[in-house]
Amino acid sequence: MDLVNRIKDYHLDILKEVGNIGAGHAATALSNLLNKTIDMKVPAVRLVSFNEITELVGGSENVVAAIYLRIEGEVPGNMFFMLPVNEANTLIQQLIVDKNFNLNHPPYPELGLSALQEVGNILAGSYLSALSDFTKLTLQPSVPALSVDMAIAILSYGLLELSQVGDYAIVIETEILEIVDESSHKTKGHFFLLPDPDSYEKIFHALGVPIDE
Amino acid sequence: MNEVIKVGMADLNVAKSPQKIRTSGLGSCVGVVIYDEVTKICGMAHIMLPVSSIGKAVSMNKAKYADTALDVLVEKLVKQGAKPTRFRAKLAGGSQMFKFTTSSEMMRIGPRNVDAVREKLKELRINIIAEDVGGSSGRTIEFDPETSKLSIRTVSQGVSEI
Repeated sequence: MDLVNRIKDYHLDILKEVGNIGAGHAATALSNLLNKTIDMKVPAVRLVSFNEITELVGGSENVVAAIYLRIEGEVPGNMFFMLPVNEANTLIQQLIVDKNFNLNHPPYPELGLSALQEVGNILAGSYLSALSDFTKLTLQPSVPALSVDMAIAILSYGLLELSQVGDYAIVIETEILEIVDESSHKTKGHFFLLPDPDSYEKIFHALGVPIDE
Repeated sequence: MNEVIKVGMADLNVAKSPQKIRTSGLGSCVGVVIYDEVTKICGMAHIMLPVSSIGKAVSMNKAKYADTALDVLVEKLVKQGAKPTRFRAKLAGGSQMFKFTTSSEMMRIGPRNVDAVREKLKELRINIIAEDVGGSSGRTIEFDPETSKLSIRTVSQGVSEI
């Protein structure tokens, strides 16, 4: 069985809906947290080879603050929330009211890190619980882990399960952004949902569009 | 001409001076360089998993696994005119990007990759001249076959050379 060849356009649309619902709830959570208007883009669902993954995360030198959660339960997988380092700095400065916090040079202050971890936890948690409500599947996220590093080194961690069955990943990516005014916006972060290979069929089945054998 | 050959994830390639060879964003993956100082030919593999037997793929990408990638790399180097008796190796990567209290086997993949690479190099009778492995940082590495130096860049510590 090769999953790639059996997935149709409407399956990808369903995965977009998954990204929509999850990130929509997360955007609302962030909006409440910051008291700002947070919007989201139409989710991108991409079938990417491992060689293309680097471009997906903005090039090999791109440094991000990332929250990672392992999802256990009926549809295991990996979830990342990645913020550009500058955005993470602004976010934490606002939350802990400390203008000096930054992630440009280690060691990073403990308070800021745990605030960032908590934000990641809230956002990823609202993404996943929305997803769980929608699909009626149980999803149990692990305790979030935080890393500030090259985006590709971080994301490759989420590819290990997939790498055992092939050299591609179906990535559900949603960008959330702050609307500054009508013509400009600022990226607040990206969600990446990477279900394990066996999880796709369960997701499609739960949403009423099983894959043909 | 300062051409830099790029090696992607689960990929391998060879280069000859004045070319350089580079791979980006090694997390738990291990970057292995095998080089011949006389012909100045070198090869690099970006290894993701320790052994091919854990793979369930229909079609197999040999560059992905420590136990299969290095055989392919050596074969390619010989084809280019490098001499196996002069082969030496340098490696970097195999870090643990995230620390979890619940330690599944997948979380320890970095150290397992490093062990598998060391074992395979030993089997191939290739000496490891230098290595920068473990820790919790991502690495971007570039090898210059002219000088046999491997430069390693991390976000927190800048550039170092081994």
